[in-house]
Order: sequence, then structure tokens, then C-alpha cells
Amino acid sequence: MSMATTDRPAPGAAPFVPQAYRVDEVTRVLADTVTLTLAPLEGPRPDFRPGQFNMLWAFGVGEVAISISDGEAAGSFVHTVRAVGAVSRALAELEVGARLGLRGPFGRGWPLAEARGSDVVVIAGGLGLAPLRPAIQALLANRQDYGRLVILVGARSPEALLYRDDLAAWAQRPDVEVQVTVDHAGADWPGRVGVVPGLVEPAAFDADDCVALVCGPEVMMRFTVAALRRAGVPAERIQVSMERNMKCAIGWCGHCQFGPDFVCKDGPVMRYDTIADRFAIPEV
Amino acid sequence: MEPEAMPRPAALIDRQGLQALIDALADEGYRVLGPMRRDDAIVYDDLAGIDELPAGWTERQEAGRYRLERRDDAALFGYAVGPHSWKRFLHPPVETLWTAHRDEHGLTFRAPEPAEERFAFLGVRACELHAIAIQDRVFLDGPYVDAGYAARRREAFIVAVNCGEAGGTCFCVSMQTGPRAEAGFDLALTELLDAERHDFLVEVGSAAGAALLERLPHRPAGEADREAAATVVARTASRMGRRLETDGLKALLQDNPEHPRWDDVAERCLTCGNCTMACPTCFCTTVEDHSDLSGTSAERVRQWDSCFTLDFSYLHAGSVRQTPRGRYRQWMTHKLASWIDQFGTSGCVGCGRCITWCPVGIDITEEAAAIRATAPDWRDD
Repeated sequence: MSMATTDRPAPGAAPFVPQAYRVDEVTRVLADTVTLTLAPLEGPRPDFRPGQFNMLWAFGVGEVAISISDGEAAGSFVHTVRAVGAVSRALAELEVGARLGLRGPFGRGWPLAEARGSDVVVIAGGLGLAPLRPAIQALLANRQDYGRLVILVGARSPEALLYRDDLAAWAQRPDVEVQVTVDHAGADWPGRVGVVPGLVEPAAFDADDCVALVCGPEVMMRFTVAALRRAGVPAERIQVSMERNMKCAIGWCGHCQFGPDFVCKDGPVMRYDTIADRFAIPEV
Repeated sequence: MEPEAMPRPAALIDRQGLQALIDALADEGYRVLGPMRRDDAIVYDDLAGIDELPAGWTERQEAGRYRLERRDDAALFGYAVGPHSWKRFLHPPVETLWTAHRDEHGLTFRAPEPAEERFAFLGVRACELHAIAIQDRVFLDGPYVDAGYAARRREAFIVAVNCGEAGGTCFCVSMQTGPRAEAGFDLALTELLDAERHDFLVEVGSAAGAALLERLPHRPAGEADREAAATVVARTASRMGRRLETDGLKALLQDNPEHPRWDDVAERCLTCGNCTMACPTCFCTTVEDHSDLSGTSAERVRQWDSCFTLDFSYLHAGSVRQTPRGRYRQWMTHKLASWIDQFGTSGCVGCGRCITWCPVGIDITEEAAAIRATAPDWRDD
């Protein structure tokens, strides 16, 4: 029957239809991981907020949600892609000049404005550093707005450490504390061996007045959140970036449900106290 | 729409009037769809005339069981709901989202032109009106609007039928979704059938409905006709095959994710996904990509999907919901609890399809009752 259809305009008339992008640059960052610089074939690159993601489509193969991993690339989207499935493998094999589809950006990013005046603890495990890099860049660009800045990074091995040049550059700064650890390493690794949550307790930040930004494998985030809570960080000051299967990124396909939340539109960045009831329950 | 307190304008039509209704809708360019008997079930498909309606048939429904049976009268709508629901037309099982073409110049995407099709649904039950309203919230209430769904929905003409027969797995009374059609229709019929008459009380729910009624041979309905129609609905309401206690149900399920009953039901659940396919509100989809052999054309197709598959929650490290326990819990908790967080309404309309069409006869009302009976932190309340 005729009905009062919603009168608010649809953001993007066809939110399912990608825009065409061109690969401008491919950098192999790890053995199985590349960073792609993507420029729109037509029109300007849409604005985005650190922590948001795009849906990247490899011709005839499929689409996958990938976080935006650089906030300083004017006119382009930068994505770091690990070849783990059919689509990400196809994306990781793209060469300069190749065309692909892109929809986005989508989702809730890191709430950096809320962190103003507070210490910020950035905690990344593995590829989890990718969606945090634009946040770190934004924090550094407005360094005076924040208190202490602590960056805690973990990886499986020294070879699996992402953005080593960035880590070194950030560590050079007197106003940033960078701590890196790896799960396993050979005798030639001069750094720390151990898991990321172990970096929380010794780090110098004000637990009563900080914001923690956490991204990594779910098990790493669980132990990290526990370490932050033990250190005295309130649950509502912890932000985690969740990952779920996604087919649409616009709240229709149902795949990314995490309890009552749709990770695509209620996340991926979620305030820990709003998900604490289900964060540790398997298979939610 | 008339305010609820006001009695709607009502009229009477007979079987010829019902045929005239179908003809008038077809004449106005609608694709008329309605119930018919096929493959030993009552399904929804293109309807040319009242001869195709399942006259004199009803069904016996139980958990995991559906059998058509002969009625001892010639009722045209003397059954509840079958395996189909109207979502197959508004939210089609397979839909091409776009096609892509690439050549040396670039890559272009094109969304297909929206189909011009206008649906007229004949025989929409009260629970199904609610199911349509629930899917409206998913696809129309944003932040994004599904343009194809919106167009189909906007154009659809809905002829509801108040239920004269409660199915063995029906519980619309519990869900407050029936058996009487209260809103969301253009016209609503109540079949009035006894030794002396075979008429339909027609209530008007919209201006389009009123205009269509004017095209049909009809006569005014009297107070006795209205009372007869009310009696039909009241009798149906008193014969629900199932009951679901909804008081506190949301918290009950969300507070008990580790209840042992989830293990019990997982012992029986085949994770076949039949419940999600038959459900009139389940909206989940997946997408599939196709490309031609030359690699110049590709298309993306959206298809109904089910949270009971392993693929549904697959991430690079494996599926989030590895076990039937996790998947059944996701489905039922979503349907009866987190749906309320997401869309402000339960995802269940009490149609009973998930019970009837479950090959092992899992009964959502029985599962909810079992959790309620034994949830430790619930009994203490």
C-alpha cells in the first residue's frame, strides 16, 4: 500500500554500487601484506575519519572490508591488505595501474575529539596497527591537544612488524613513548619478547585520565582490555575496533552482528563498556 | 489511514466481487499475487482468478509437519500461512545489485534499472502485515535506504485477510500481531461463510483501497455483518496452537547466553537454515560475484542467506560461530531480543513458520519456555 516512505535523503543514491579506483602505488610491507595507494578515477576522494573502513572490490572475485591505514595521503585512500582469502589475495596481487571498485568510507572511527586533554594509549596487535596509524597521525598533528601519548605495538615476530619506519620515527620524538614487543624472535632480535598486554602495566600514562585505542586480534584485545582495567582505566575510556564478516557495510546483510550491534554501522570502533557484557562470550 | 477508534468504512462483496477485485487490480496494472495449492502446500504466486484459490482446503501444522486437508466447506481462505511469505516479492531471494564492465579506458559500474512491477498482494495475514512493517524498518529506516525495496513497497497494493483458521503452530496473539489486520493494508477482507451465505466483509484502509472498492459490485455492511466478522476473528484468536510469554523475554535471552538449553537444542538443530528461509522477517543476505570468461564483465548478485551457515560469520581466522549452539543462539536471541535493540520491535510475528518447517520440529516457543523455566538468574527475580 502507499505509505509514508522515509523522507530523509539516502546518503548516496546507490550505496551498494562501488566507485572505480586506480592503483597508484603498491608497497610490499610484509611477506604476505601490501599497502595500496588508491586514487578515484573520477571526482575527489571522499573525506574519512581515522578508524573508518572501505569495501574494496577485486574484479569478479568479491569485496572485503579493509580499514583505511594512512591519514596523510592527499587525494588517495591507502589500505594495507594481508593476503588471507580469495579477495584479499586478489587485492594483494594488483599492480600499479590496475582498476578496482571501492565503496566507503563506512563506520564509526576513533573518537579522538573526546580524548582531548587526556593521555592517549594506542595499543595495536599485528595488522591492528593499520586502522590506528591515521589516528596516531592525527594525534601527532595536534600533539598539543593531548597529554602523554603512548604507543604499544605487538607482532608475532620481528618480520611481522608493520610500518617499521613509522615506529622508528615516532620513537624518535621526545613527546611519544613507543614500546614494541614480539611473540617469538631469533637471537638477533634486540627488542622485547612477549605479548602486547604485558606492555600496559609498565607504560607511563594516567589511568584515571586517559583514552585507550585498541585494535588487534580479538584474543589480544580481550587480554589488553583486562590489563587496562587492572591498571585502573575506566571501561568507558577504552575503545576497541571489532571485526566481523561483512557483505554490505550498510546494515542490511546481517553478517556483522555482534549482539545488538552491527559492526558496520555501530562500529567498527566501539566503546568497551557498551560491549563488555558480550566481549568475552565465545561465538556472539 | 483512519484513526483506530473510528470504525472503518465497511462493505460486503460476494465471490463475484472478489473476482472483480482481482480483475480491477490487474486492470490497474498490478501483478496480482495470492495463495494457491501447489506441491501439497499453499504458496503465493500469480493469481488470475478466484478459481485458483485453495477453495475447500486447510492445513494441519505441527512442529516439523505440514499437511493439506479437505475442509467440509468451500472457504477460500480457510487456512493459516504456508512456506512462502511476501518477502519473496518485496525482498527477492536473488537480486542483481550491479554490473561492472572494464576495458582499456576504465572500469564502470551500472545498477540495473528498477523494475516497473507493481505488486498487489491478495490474502495478506495480520502477522504478515507486521512482518512487512518490520522489514520496512530494516530497509527504509536508514542510515541507508534500499531503493529497490522502497519502490516495490511504495507501489504495492495490499489486500489483507483476517484469519478464520488458526494454524497449529500459530501464536500471533502472544506477539500481538493478529489475527485481526489492524493497519498497513489498503483493503482487509473477512470471509463470512455459512449455509446461507459466502461473502466477504471489506474494510477500507487507505484512499487507494476506497477507490478500488468503488469499482467493485458491493453493498453496505450492516452491524450484523460486522459482528459476524468480529466473531470469526475472536474464534481464531481463541484457537492459537502455540503461546509465547513475551514478558521479560528480551532480558531473559540476553542474560542467559550460557544456559544449558542452548546445548540441548544444538543436539537437535541441523543448522539447515529452513527457519530463516521461511521466516517472513529474516532479512540477511550474502553476495556472489560472477564474471565472464573474457574478464570484461562482472556482476554482483545479492541472495538470501542464513545465520545457520558456517560461512555467515567467516573471518580469516575461521568462523566466529563454529558450533550449532552458537548459531541457534544467535538466531533466536536476534529474533526475540537484540532485534528490539536494533529496530524497536521483536523480529517475531508469531506466524509459526519456523516451527512448522523445521525438519526436526524445533519449536521456538518451547525453547523460550524451557530457558524461562530453568534460568537461574531469572527464577530469583
